[in-house]
Amino acid sequence: MIDYQKYFNDEIKTVKPSGIRRFFDIANEMDDVISLSIGEPDFQTPWHIRDEGIKSLEKGRTWYSPNRGFSELLSEICEYYKRRFKVSYNSKNQALVTVGGSEAIDLAFRTLVQKGDEVIIPQPSFVCYEPLTVMAGGTPVIINTKNEDNFRLKAADLEAVVTDKTKLLVLPFPNNPTGAIMEKQDLEEIAEVVKKYDLFVLSDEIYSELTYGDRRHVSIASIDDMYERTVVINGFSKSYAMTGWRLGYALGPAPVISMMTKLHQFGIMSAPTTAQYAAIEALRNGDCDVNKMRDEYDMRRRLVVDNFNAMGLKCFEPLGAFYVFPCIKSTGLTSEEFCTRLIMQKHVAIVPGTAFGSCGEGFVRVSYSYSINHLKTAFKRICEFLEELNNGS
Amino acid sequence: MDKLLQLLSTNSGFTTAEIASMLGEPEDYIKAQIKEYENKGIIKGYQAVVNWEEVENSNVEALIELKVTPKKETGFDEMAELCMAFEEVESVYLMAGAYDFALIVQGQSMQDIAMFVAKKLSTIDGVLSTGTHFIMRRYKDRGMNLTDFDNQADGRSLIL
Repeated sequence: MIDYQKYFNDEIKTVKPSGIRRFFDIANEMDDVISLSIGEPDFQTPWHIRDEGIKSLEKGRTWYSPNRGFSELLSEICEYYKRRFKVSYNSKNQALVTVGGSEAIDLAFRTLVQKGDEVIIPQPSFVCYEPLTVMAGGTPVIINTKNEDNFRLKAADLEAVVTDKTKLLVLPFPNNPTGAIMEKQDLEEIAEVVKKYDLFVLSDEIYSELTYGDRRHVSIASIDDMYERTVVINGFSKSYAMTGWRLGYALGPAPVISMMTKLHQFGIMSAPTTAQYAAIEALRNGDCDVNKMRDEYDMRRRLVVDNFNAMGLKCFEPLGAFYVFPCIKSTGLTSEEFCTRLIMQKHVAIVPGTAFGSCGEGFVRVSYSYSINHLKTAFKRICEFLEELNNGS
Repeated sequence: MDKLLQLLSTNSGFTTAEIASMLGEPEDYIKAQIKEYENKGIIKGYQAVVNWEEVENSNVEALIELKVTPKKETGFDEMAELCMAFEEVESVYLMAGAYDFALIVQGQSMQDIAMFVAKKLSTIDGVLSTGTHFIMRRYKDRGMNLTDFDNQADGRSLIL
Protein backbone atom coordinates (compact mmCIF):
# COMPACT_ATOMS: atom_id res chain seq x y z
CA MET A 1 0.00 0.00 0.00
CA ILE A 2 1.42 3.35 -1.04
CA ASP A 3 1.46 6.10 1.55
CA TYR A 4 0.25 8.91 -0.65
CA GLN A 5 0.62 11.44 2.14
CA LYS A 6 4.35 11.41 1.74
CA TYR A 7 4.02 12.55 -1.88
CA PHE A 8 1.84 15.54 -1.12
CA ASN A 9 2.89 19.11 -0.85
CA ASP A 10 2.69 20.15 2.81
CA GLU A 11 0.56 23.17 2.02
CA ILE A 12 -2.17 21.32 0.13
CA LYS A 13 -2.56 19.00 3.11
CA THR A 14 -3.56 21.94 5.29
CA VAL A 15 -6.18 23.20 2.86
CA LYS A 16 -9.70 22.30 3.96
CA PRO A 17 -12.32 21.36 1.39
CA SER A 18 -14.97 24.00 0.68
CA GLY A 19 -17.69 24.22 3.31
CA ILE A 20 -20.33 24.80 0.66
CA ARG A 21 -19.78 21.31 -0.66
CA ARG A 22 -21.25 19.39 2.23
CA PHE A 23 -24.70 20.87 1.76
CA PHE A 24 -24.55 20.24 -1.94
CA ASP A 25 -23.82 16.60 -1.23
CA ILE A 26 -26.83 16.29 1.07
CA ALA A 27 -29.01 18.12 -1.46
CA ASN A 28 -27.87 15.79 -4.22
CA GLU A 29 -29.18 12.78 -2.33
CA MET A 30 -32.67 14.22 -1.87
CA ASP A 31 -35.73 14.47 -4.07
CA ASP A 32 -37.82 17.58 -4.03
CA VAL A 33 -35.00 19.84 -2.89
CA ILE A 34 -35.50 23.55 -3.27
CA SER A 35 -32.02 24.96 -3.50
CA LEU A 36 -31.07 28.55 -2.86
CA SER A 37 -27.43 27.68 -2.74
CA ILE A 38 -26.07 28.09 -6.24
CA GLY A 39 -23.78 31.01 -6.91
CA GLU A 40 -24.19 31.41 -10.63
CA PRO A 41 -26.75 33.15 -12.84
CA ASP A 42 -29.88 31.13 -13.63
CA PHE A 43 -30.02 32.90 -17.00
CA GLN A 44 -28.59 31.28 -20.08
CA THR A 45 -25.95 33.21 -21.97
CA PRO A 46 -27.84 35.67 -24.22
CA TRP A 47 -28.43 34.12 -27.63
CA HIS A 48 -26.46 36.62 -29.75
CA ILE A 49 -23.41 35.87 -27.61
CA ARG A 50 -23.84 32.11 -27.91
CA ASP A 51 -24.36 32.55 -31.63
CA GLU A 52 -20.99 34.24 -32.07
CA GLY A 53 -19.38 31.30 -30.29
CA ILE A 54 -21.16 28.91 -32.63
CA LYS A 55 -20.20 30.94 -35.70
CA SER A 56 -16.54 30.87 -34.71
CA LEU A 57 -16.79 27.08 -34.54
CA GLU A 58 -18.51 26.90 -37.91
CA LYS A 59 -15.69 28.92 -39.38
CA GLY A 60 -13.27 26.44 -37.94
CA ARG A 61 -11.60 28.83 -35.52
CA THR A 62 -10.48 26.08 -33.23
CA TRP A 63 -6.85 26.95 -32.58
CA TYR A 64 -5.13 28.34 -29.50
CA SER A 65 -5.46 32.07 -29.10
CA PRO A 66 -2.39 34.20 -28.35
CA ASN A 67 -1.24 33.70 -24.75
CA ARG A 68 -2.74 36.92 -23.46
CA GLY A 69 -5.93 36.46 -25.48
CA PHE A 70 -7.11 37.81 -28.84
CA SER A 71 -6.09 41.43 -29.32
CA GLU A 72 -9.65 42.29 -30.36
CA LEU A 73 -10.96 40.99 -27.05
CA LEU A 74 -8.21 42.70 -25.05
CA SER A 75 -9.04 46.05 -26.58
CA GLU A 76 -12.79 45.52 -26.00
CA ILE A 77 -12.06 44.72 -22.36
CA CYS A 78 -10.01 47.90 -21.92
CA GLU A 79 -12.64 49.92 -23.75
CA TYR A 80 -15.27 48.47 -21.44
CA TYR A 81 -13.38 49.31 -18.25
CA LYS A 82 -12.92 52.85 -19.43
CA ARG A 83 -16.57 53.18 -20.41
CA ARG A 84 -18.08 51.59 -17.32
CA PHE A 85 -15.62 52.27 -14.51
CA LYS A 86 -13.47 55.15 -15.79
CA VAL A 87 -10.20 53.27 -15.59
CA SER A 88 -7.95 53.20 -18.66
CA TYR A 89 -5.66 50.31 -19.47
CA ASN A 90 -3.45 49.73 -22.46
CA SER A 91 -4.67 46.58 -24.15
CA LYS A 92 -1.16 45.85 -25.43
CA ASN A 93 0.47 45.26 -22.07
CA GLN A 94 -1.98 45.81 -19.21
CA ALA A 95 -4.57 43.12 -19.82
CA LEU A 96 -4.60 39.33 -19.68
CA VAL A 97 -7.47 36.98 -20.58
CA THR A 98 -7.73 34.00 -18.22
CA VAL A 99 -9.75 30.86 -17.60
CA GLY A 100 -12.37 32.53 -15.45
CA GLY A 101 -11.70 35.15 -12.83
CA SER A 102 -10.50 32.28 -10.64
CA GLU A 103 -7.40 31.66 -12.70
CA ALA A 104 -6.57 35.36 -12.62
CA ILE A 105 -6.86 35.35 -8.82
CA ASP A 106 -4.54 32.36 -8.57
CA LEU A 107 -2.03 34.00 -10.93
CA ALA A 108 -2.10 37.23 -8.96
CA PHE A 109 -1.39 35.41 -5.68
CA ARG A 110 1.42 33.36 -7.15
CA THR A 111 2.91 36.39 -8.83
CA LEU A 112 2.76 38.73 -5.85
CA VAL A 113 3.03 36.51 -2.78
CA GLN A 114 5.90 34.49 -1.41
CA LYS A 115 6.88 32.77 1.81
CA GLY A 116 6.68 35.12 4.74
CA ASP A 117 4.24 37.53 3.13
CA GLU A 118 0.98 38.31 4.81
CA VAL A 119 -2.17 38.64 2.73
CA ILE A 120 -5.12 40.47 4.23
CA ILE A 121 -8.45 38.87 3.43
CA PRO A 122 -11.73 40.41 4.56
CA GLN A 123 -14.32 37.79 5.49
CA PRO A 124 -17.02 36.66 4.96
CA SER A 125 -15.84 36.24 1.41
CA PHE A 126 -15.55 33.76 -1.42
CA VAL A 127 -13.79 30.57 -0.42
CA CYS A 128 -10.78 30.68 -2.72
CA TYR A 129 -8.60 33.47 -1.32
CA GLU A 130 -7.35 31.68 1.77
CA PRO A 131 -6.29 28.38 0.17
CA LEU A 132 -4.73 30.12 -2.83
CA THR A 133 -2.74 32.40 -0.52
CA VAL A 134 -1.51 29.36 1.37
CA MET A 135 -0.54 27.60 -1.85
CA ALA A 136 1.40 30.67 -2.90
CA GLY A 137 3.34 30.39 0.35
CA GLY A 138 1.71 33.38 2.01
CA THR A 139 0.00 33.71 5.36
CA PRO A 140 -3.66 34.72 5.31
CA VAL A 141 -4.61 37.42 7.80
CA ILE A 142 -8.35 37.62 8.22
CA ILE A 143 -10.39 40.75 8.89
CA ASN A 144 -13.92 40.12 10.03
CA THR A 145 -16.30 42.61 8.47
CA LYS A 146 -19.39 43.30 10.53
CA ASN A 147 -23.12 43.44 10.08
CA GLU A 148 -23.26 46.88 11.74
CA ASP A 149 -20.83 48.18 9.09
CA ASN A 150 -23.01 46.64 6.37
CA PHE A 151 -20.12 44.20 5.93
CA ARG A 152 -17.92 46.89 4.39
CA LEU A 153 -14.21 46.91 5.05
CA LYS A 154 -13.23 49.66 7.45
CA ALA A 155 -9.91 51.47 7.16
CA ALA A 156 -9.32 51.28 10.92
CA ASP A 157 -9.80 47.50 10.89
CA LEU A 158 -7.39 47.25 8.01
CA GLU A 159 -4.76 49.39 9.66
CA ALA A 160 -5.05 47.35 12.85
CA VAL A 161 -3.81 44.16 11.16
CA VAL A 162 -1.08 45.62 8.95
CA THR A 163 2.41 44.47 9.92
CA ASP A 164 5.78 44.89 8.25
CA LYS A 165 5.08 41.55 6.54
CA THR A 166 1.82 42.64 4.94
CA LYS A 167 2.07 42.72 1.20
CA LEU A 168 -1.33 42.30 -0.37
CA LEU A 169 -4.92 43.29 0.40
CA VAL A 170 -7.76 41.33 -1.19
CA LEU A 171 -10.82 43.48 -1.88
CA PRO A 172 -13.75 41.17 -2.64
CA PHE A 173 -16.52 43.65 -3.47
CA PRO A 174 -19.36 43.48 -4.48
CA ASN A 175 -19.18 40.66 -2.02
CA ASN A 176 -20.11 37.02 -2.15
CA PRO A 177 -21.74 36.00 0.29
CA THR A 178 -22.92 39.21 1.97
CA GLY A 179 -23.92 41.31 -1.03
CA ALA A 180 -21.99 44.23 0.48
CA ILE A 181 -20.44 46.87 -1.75
CA MET A 182 -17.77 49.53 -1.18
CA GLU A 183 -18.63 53.07 -2.19
CA LYS A 184 -16.16 55.71 -3.31
CA GLN A 185 -15.64 57.17 0.13
CA ASP A 186 -15.05 53.73 1.70
CA LEU A 187 -12.43 53.04 -0.92
CA GLU A 188 -10.72 56.38 -0.46
CA GLU A 189 -10.26 55.59 3.22
CA ILE A 190 -8.88 52.17 2.40
CA ALA A 191 -6.59 53.70 -0.22
CA GLU A 192 -4.98 55.93 2.41
CA VAL A 193 -3.96 52.91 4.47
CA VAL A 194 -2.79 50.99 1.41
CA LYS A 195 -0.55 53.88 0.36
CA LYS A 196 0.69 54.57 3.88
CA TYR A 197 1.98 51.01 4.25
CA ASP A 198 2.95 50.54 0.63
CA LEU A 199 0.62 47.59 0.06
CA PHE A 200 -0.68 46.10 -3.18
CA VAL A 201 -4.38 45.39 -3.86
CA LEU A 202 -6.09 42.49 -5.56
CA SER A 203 -9.55 43.83 -6.38
CA ASP A 204 -11.95 41.02 -7.27
CA GLU A 205 -14.68 42.82 -9.20
CA ILE A 206 -16.46 39.82 -10.71
CA TYR A 207 -19.85 41.11 -9.50
CA SER A 208 -19.18 44.68 -10.67
CA GLU A 209 -22.21 44.76 -12.98
CA LEU A 210 -24.52 43.70 -10.20
CA THR A 211 -24.99 46.74 -8.00
CA TYR A 212 -28.43 48.08 -7.28
CA GLY A 213 -30.24 51.34 -6.95
CA ASP A 214 -28.36 54.26 -8.45
CA ARG A 215 -25.04 52.95 -7.22
CA ARG A 216 -22.50 51.96 -9.83
CA HIS A 217 -19.57 49.85 -8.85
CA VAL A 218 -16.46 51.90 -8.12
CA SER A 219 -13.13 50.26 -8.81
CA ILE A 220 -10.39 51.05 -6.33
CA ALA A 221 -8.13 51.44 -9.37
CA SER A 222 -10.04 54.64 -10.15
CA ILE A 223 -9.06 56.19 -6.79
CA ASP A 224 -6.07 58.56 -6.84
CA ASP A 225 -2.69 56.82 -6.87
CA MET A 226 -4.29 53.37 -6.57
CA TYR A 227 -4.09 52.53 -10.27
CA GLU A 228 -0.40 51.72 -9.97
CA ARG A 229 -0.86 49.41 -6.99
CA THR A 230 -3.97 47.48 -7.97
CA VAL A 231 -4.58 44.39 -10.02
CA VAL A 232 -8.23 44.20 -11.05
CA ILE A 233 -9.86 40.81 -11.58
CA ASN A 234 -13.06 40.50 -13.51
CA GLY A 235 -14.77 38.18 -15.98
CA PHE A 236 -17.81 37.30 -18.01
CA SER A 237 -19.43 34.72 -15.73
CA LYS A 238 -21.72 36.83 -13.58
CA SER A 239 -22.35 39.88 -15.75
CA TYR A 240 -23.13 38.04 -18.98
CA ALA A 241 -24.26 34.72 -17.50
CA MET A 242 -21.26 32.98 -19.08
CA THR A 243 -20.02 30.80 -16.22
CA GLY A 244 -19.52 27.69 -18.31
CA TRP A 245 -17.46 29.47 -20.95
CA ARG A 246 -14.74 29.96 -18.33
CA LEU A 247 -13.49 33.39 -19.22
CA GLY A 248 -12.06 36.09 -17.00
CA TYR A 249 -9.34 38.68 -17.09
CA ALA A 250 -6.81 40.68 -15.12
CA LEU A 251 -6.01 44.37 -15.59
CA GLY A 252 -3.13 46.14 -13.92
CA PRO A 253 0.28 47.76 -14.16
CA ALA A 254 2.24 46.39 -17.11
CA PRO A 255 5.02 44.76 -15.01
CA VAL A 256 2.43 42.84 -12.94
CA ILE A 257 0.48 41.68 -15.98
CA SER A 258 3.71 40.67 -17.64
CA MET A 259 4.69 38.43 -14.71
CA MET A 260 1.19 36.96 -14.48
CA THR A 261 1.28 36.29 -18.22
CA LYS A 262 4.46 34.28 -17.79
CA LEU A 263 2.74 32.01 -15.31
CA HIS A 264 -0.42 31.82 -17.43
CA GLN A 265 1.61 30.98 -20.51
CA PHE A 266 3.33 28.02 -18.88
CA GLY A 267 0.40 26.76 -16.82
CA ILE A 268 -2.60 27.34 -19.09
CA MET A 269 -1.23 28.58 -22.43
CA SER A 270 -4.36 30.45 -23.44
CA ALA A 271 -8.02 30.85 -22.49
CA PRO A 272 -10.69 28.99 -24.53
CA THR A 273 -10.86 30.29 -28.09
CA THR A 274 -14.60 29.86 -28.65
CA ALA A 275 -15.36 31.67 -25.42
CA GLN A 276 -13.20 34.60 -26.48
CA TYR A 277 -15.14 35.08 -29.71
CA ALA A 278 -18.38 35.02 -27.76
CA ALA A 279 -16.98 37.47 -25.22
CA ILE A 280 -16.10 40.01 -27.92
CA GLU A 281 -19.77 40.02 -28.90
CA ALA A 282 -20.79 40.32 -25.23
CA LEU A 283 -18.70 43.45 -24.74
CA ARG A 284 -19.77 45.01 -28.02
CA ASN A 285 -23.49 44.37 -27.90
CA GLY A 286 -24.33 43.02 -24.45
CA ASP A 287 -25.07 46.13 -22.41
CA CYS A 288 -28.83 45.74 -22.67
CA ASP A 289 -28.62 42.09 -21.59
CA VAL A 290 -26.69 43.12 -18.52
CA ASN A 291 -29.28 45.76 -17.67
CA LYS A 292 -32.14 43.34 -18.17
CA MET A 293 -30.61 40.72 -15.92
CA ARG A 294 -29.70 43.31 -13.30
CA ASP A 295 -33.31 44.57 -13.23
CA GLU A 296 -34.55 41.03 -12.78
CA TYR A 297 -32.08 40.33 -9.95
CA ASP A 298 -33.04 43.62 -8.35
CA MET A 299 -36.72 42.64 -8.20
CA ARG A 300 -35.85 39.31 -6.66
CA ARG A 301 -33.47 40.98 -4.25
CA ARG A 302 -36.18 43.23 -2.88
CA LEU A 303 -38.62 40.36 -2.63
CA VAL A 304 -36.11 38.18 -0.78
CA VAL A 305 -35.01 40.89 1.65
CA ASP A 306 -38.62 41.79 2.49
CA ASN A 307 -39.54 38.16 2.98
CA PHE A 308 -36.66 37.39 5.32
CA ASN A 309 -37.28 40.53 7.33
CA ALA A 310 -40.97 39.62 7.57
CA MET A 311 -40.00 36.17 8.82
CA GLY A 312 -37.97 37.79 11.57
CA LEU A 313 -34.61 36.83 10.09
CA LYS A 314 -33.11 40.29 9.89
CA CYS A 315 -31.19 40.97 6.79
CA PHE A 316 -29.22 44.09 5.96
CA GLU A 317 -29.90 45.42 2.50
CA PRO A 318 -27.37 43.89 0.14
CA LEU A 319 -26.47 46.36 -2.58
CA GLY A 320 -24.52 44.04 -4.85
CA ALA A 321 -24.09 40.50 -6.21
CA PHE A 322 -27.05 38.09 -5.98
CA TYR A 323 -26.98 36.97 -2.38
CA VAL A 324 -28.66 37.98 0.83
CA PHE A 325 -27.07 37.23 4.15
CA PRO A 326 -29.81 37.07 6.78
CA CYS A 327 -28.98 36.80 10.47
CA ILE A 328 -30.36 33.64 12.07
CA LYS A 329 -29.16 34.32 15.63
CA SER A 330 -32.76 34.85 16.79
CA THR A 331 -33.40 31.13 16.31
CA GLY A 332 -30.74 30.20 18.84
CA LEU A 333 -29.20 27.81 16.32
CA THR A 334 -25.73 27.94 14.85
CA SER A 335 -25.46 28.48 11.11
CA GLU A 336 -24.56 24.81 10.60
CA GLU A 337 -27.48 23.62 12.71
CA PHE A 338 -29.90 25.97 10.99
CA CYS A 339 -28.89 24.85 7.51
CA THR A 340 -28.72 21.16 8.42
CA ARG A 341 -32.16 21.18 10.02
CA LEU A 342 -33.64 23.24 7.20
CA ILE A 343 -32.46 20.82 4.56
CA MET A 344 -33.42 17.73 6.57
CA GLN A 345 -36.85 18.96 7.62
CA LYS A 346 -37.92 21.11 4.70
CA HIS A 347 -35.53 20.15 1.91
CA VAL A 348 -34.37 23.69 1.39
CA ALA A 349 -30.66 24.03 0.70
CA ILE A 350 -28.85 27.18 1.75
CA VAL A 351 -25.26 27.66 2.83
CA PRO A 352 -24.11 28.42 6.39
CA GLY A 353 -22.31 31.74 6.73
CA THR A 354 -19.39 29.93 8.32
CA ALA A 355 -18.48 28.45 4.92
CA PHE A 356 -17.18 31.94 4.11
CA GLY A 357 -15.17 32.50 7.26
CA SER A 358 -15.75 31.94 10.94
CA CYS A 359 -17.26 35.42 11.29
CA GLY A 360 -20.14 34.17 9.14
CA GLU A 361 -21.44 32.42 12.27
CA GLY A 362 -25.03 33.47 12.91
CA PHE A 363 -25.70 34.11 9.23
CA VAL A 364 -26.70 32.11 6.18
CA ARG A 365 -26.12 32.77 2.50
CA VAL A 366 -29.19 32.74 0.30
CA SER A 367 -28.74 33.02 -3.45
CA TYR A 368 -31.57 34.69 -5.33
CA SER A 369 -30.34 33.53 -8.68
CA TYR A 370 -33.61 31.63 -9.06
CA SER A 371 -37.03 32.28 -10.57
CA ILE A 372 -39.62 34.17 -8.51
CA ASN A 373 -41.79 31.06 -8.25
CA HIS A 374 -38.87 29.02 -7.00
CA LEU A 375 -38.07 31.69 -4.42
CA LYS A 376 -41.68 31.82 -3.27
CA THR A 377 -41.80 28.07 -2.73
CA ALA A 378 -38.62 28.33 -0.69
CA PHE A 379 -40.00 31.18 1.46
CA LYS A 380 -43.05 29.10 2.25
CA ARG A 381 -40.95 26.19 3.42
CA ILE A 382 -38.62 28.39 5.45
CA CYS A 383 -41.65 30.01 7.11
CA GLU A 384 -42.99 26.59 8.06
CA PHE A 385 -39.58 25.64 9.36
CA LEU A 386 -39.41 28.72 11.59
CA GLU A 387 -42.92 28.08 12.90
CA GLU A 388 -42.01 24.52 13.77
CA LEU A 389 -38.86 25.77 15.48
CA ASN A 390 -40.92 28.18 17.55
CA ASN A 391 -43.33 25.42 18.49
CA GLY A 392 -40.38 23.46 19.72
CA SER A 393 -40.58 20.57 17.27
CA MET B 1 -41.92 50.04 -20.36
CA ASP B 2 -43.96 50.35 -17.21
CA LYS B 3 -42.55 47.76 -14.78
CA LEU B 4 -45.85 47.11 -13.08
CA LEU B 5 -47.57 46.29 -16.38
CA GLN B 6 -44.61 44.21 -17.42
CA LEU B 7 -44.85 42.15 -14.21
CA LEU B 8 -48.60 41.67 -14.45
CA SER B 9 -48.40 40.72 -18.11
CA THR B 10 -45.97 37.92 -17.27
CA ASN B 11 -47.91 36.76 -14.22
CA SER B 12 -51.17 38.30 -13.09
CA GLY B 13 -51.13 35.96 -10.09
CA PHE B 14 -48.65 38.05 -8.09
CA THR B 15 -50.17 39.54 -4.97
CA THR B 16 -50.00 43.30 -4.57
CA ALA B 17 -47.68 42.77 -1.58
CA GLU B 18 -45.27 40.77 -3.75
CA ILE B 19 -45.35 43.36 -6.50
CA ALA B 20 -44.79 46.13 -3.97
CA SER B 21 -41.72 44.28 -2.67
CA MET B 22 -40.31 43.58 -6.09
CA LEU B 23 -40.72 47.14 -7.31
CA GLY B 24 -39.74 48.75 -4.02
CA GLU B 25 -42.99 50.73 -3.78
CA PRO B 26 -45.64 50.90 -1.04
CA GLU B 27 -48.43 48.36 -1.45
CA ASP B 28 -51.12 51.06 -1.37
CA TYR B 29 -49.49 52.79 -4.28
CA ILE B 30 -49.43 49.55 -6.28
CA LYS B 31 -53.10 48.90 -5.51
CA ALA B 32 -54.05 52.41 -6.61
CA GLN B 33 -51.97 52.12 -9.74
CA ILE B 34 -53.61 48.83 -10.74
CA LYS B 35 -57.06 50.32 -10.09
CA GLU B 36 -56.17 53.26 -12.31
CA TYR B 37 -54.99 51.00 -15.12
CA GLU B 38 -58.21 49.02 -14.85
CA ASN B 39 -60.35 52.15 -14.90
CA LYS B 40 -58.54 53.57 -17.87
CA GLY B 41 -58.92 50.29 -19.75
CA ILE B 42 -55.17 49.79 -19.94
CA ILE B 43 -55.59 46.55 -18.03
CA LYS B 44 -58.50 44.85 -19.79
CA GLY B 45 -58.69 41.70 -17.72
CA TYR B 46 -56.82 38.74 -16.29
CA GLN B 47 -56.70 35.31 -17.89
CA ALA B 48 -54.97 32.03 -17.32
CA VAL B 49 -52.73 30.70 -20.07
CA VAL B 50 -54.25 27.25 -20.50
CA ASN B 51 -52.47 24.46 -22.25
CA TRP B 52 -55.59 23.09 -23.91
CA GLU B 53 -53.76 20.15 -25.39
CA GLU B 54 -53.66 18.64 -21.93
CA VAL B 55 -57.43 18.98 -21.57
CA GLU B 56 -59.77 16.32 -22.92
CA ASN B 57 -62.30 17.29 -25.60
CA SER B 58 -60.86 20.74 -25.89
CA ASN B 59 -61.52 22.97 -28.87
CA VAL B 60 -59.53 23.20 -32.07
CA GLU B 61 -58.30 26.54 -33.29
CA ALA B 62 -57.58 28.03 -36.66
CA LEU B 63 -56.05 31.17 -38.00
CA ILE B 64 -58.19 32.63 -40.72
CA GLU B 65 -56.85 35.09 -43.27
CA LEU B 66 -59.42 37.49 -44.55
CA LYS B 67 -59.24 39.75 -47.58
CA VAL B 68 -61.96 42.37 -47.59
CA THR B 69 -63.06 45.56 -49.34
CA PRO B 70 -62.80 48.46 -46.93
CA LYS B 71 -65.88 50.64 -46.61
CA LYS B 72 -65.72 54.23 -47.78
CA GLU B 73 -66.77 55.80 -44.49
CA THR B 74 -65.63 53.38 -41.85
CA GLY B 75 -62.63 51.71 -43.44
CA PHE B 76 -61.92 48.36 -41.79
CA ASP B 77 -63.68 49.04 -38.51
CA GLU B 78 -67.09 47.94 -39.64
CA MET B 79 -65.76 44.62 -40.89
CA ALA B 80 -63.84 44.15 -37.65
CA GLU B 81 -66.98 44.72 -35.67
CA LEU B 82 -68.89 42.13 -37.69
CA CYS B 83 -66.14 39.57 -37.11
CA MET B 84 -65.86 40.32 -33.42
CA ALA B 85 -69.55 39.63 -32.94
CA PHE B 86 -69.15 35.88 -33.56
CA GLU B 87 -68.54 33.99 -30.38
CA GLU B 88 -66.41 31.52 -32.34
CA VAL B 89 -63.95 34.33 -32.98
CA GLU B 90 -61.34 34.61 -30.27
CA SER B 91 -59.11 37.36 -31.72
CA VAL B 92 -59.32 39.87 -34.54
CA TYR B 93 -56.23 41.61 -35.87
CA LEU B 94 -55.89 44.09 -38.71
CA MET B 95 -52.78 43.17 -40.64
CA ALA B 96 -50.29 44.83 -42.90
CA GLY B 97 -49.27 42.53 -45.74
CA ALA B 98 -50.82 39.95 -48.00
CA TYR B 99 -54.26 40.01 -46.36
CA ASP B 100 -56.32 42.38 -44.24
CA PHE B 101 -57.52 40.53 -41.16
CA ALA B 102 -56.24 37.62 -39.16
CA LEU B 103 -58.81 35.92 -36.97
CA ILE B 104 -58.27 33.24 -34.40
CA VAL B 105 -61.35 31.03 -34.48
CA GLN B 106 -62.33 28.25 -32.13
CA GLY B 107 -64.55 25.30 -32.80
CA GLN B 108 -65.24 21.82 -31.49
CA SER B 109 -63.77 20.22 -34.61
CA MET B 110 -62.08 21.08 -37.87
CA GLN B 111 -65.41 20.43 -39.57
CA ASP B 112 -67.04 22.87 -37.22
CA ILE B 113 -64.58 25.61 -38.14
CA ALA B 114 -64.78 24.82 -41.84
CA MET B 115 -68.55 25.24 -41.70
CA PHE B 116 -68.24 28.48 -39.78
CA VAL B 117 -65.91 29.91 -42.40
CA ALA B 118 -67.97 28.73 -45.33
CA LYS B 119 -71.35 29.72 -44.00
CA LYS B 120 -70.77 32.70 -41.78
CA LEU B 121 -67.49 34.43 -42.59
CA SER B 122 -67.18 34.18 -46.33
CA THR B 123 -70.77 35.23 -46.80
CA ILE B 124 -70.27 38.60 -45.13
CA ASP B 125 -70.72 41.40 -47.59
CA GLY B 126 -67.30 42.78 -48.50
CA VAL B 127 -65.31 39.62 -47.76
CA LEU B 128 -63.32 38.85 -50.90
CA SER B 129 -61.56 35.66 -49.81
CA THR B 130 -60.62 33.57 -46.82
CA GLY B 131 -57.75 31.22 -46.04
CA THR B 132 -57.97 28.77 -43.19
CA HIS B 133 -54.91 27.49 -41.30
CA PHE B 134 -55.58 25.00 -38.55
CA ILE B 135 -53.35 25.28 -35.51
CA MET B 136 -51.77 21.87 -35.03
CA ARG B 137 -49.86 22.48 -31.87
CA ARG B 138 -49.09 25.42 -29.64
CA TYR B 139 -45.48 25.42 -28.56
CA LYS B 140 -45.35 28.85 -27.04
CA ASP B 141 -48.20 31.15 -26.20
CA ARG B 142 -48.13 34.67 -24.77
CA GLY B 143 -44.49 34.29 -23.87
CA MET B 144 -44.99 30.94 -22.15
CA ASN B 145 -43.42 27.69 -23.11
CA LEU B 146 -46.26 25.15 -23.35
CA THR B 147 -43.98 22.22 -24.06
CA ASP B 148 -41.77 20.23 -21.81
CA PHE B 149 -38.78 21.02 -24.03
CA ASP B 150 -35.94 22.41 -22.00
CA ASN B 151 -37.96 21.93 -18.86
CA GLN B 152 -35.30 19.77 -17.34
CA ALA B 153 -34.50 20.51 -13.73
CA ASP B 154 -31.98 23.24 -13.03
CA GLY B 155 -29.06 22.44 -15.31
CA ARG B 156 -26.53 24.08 -13.03
CA SER B 157 -23.98 21.92 -11.29
CA LEU B 158 -23.13 22.21 -7.67
CA ILE B 159 -19.56 23.37 -7.45
CA LEU B 160 -17.39 24.71 -4.65
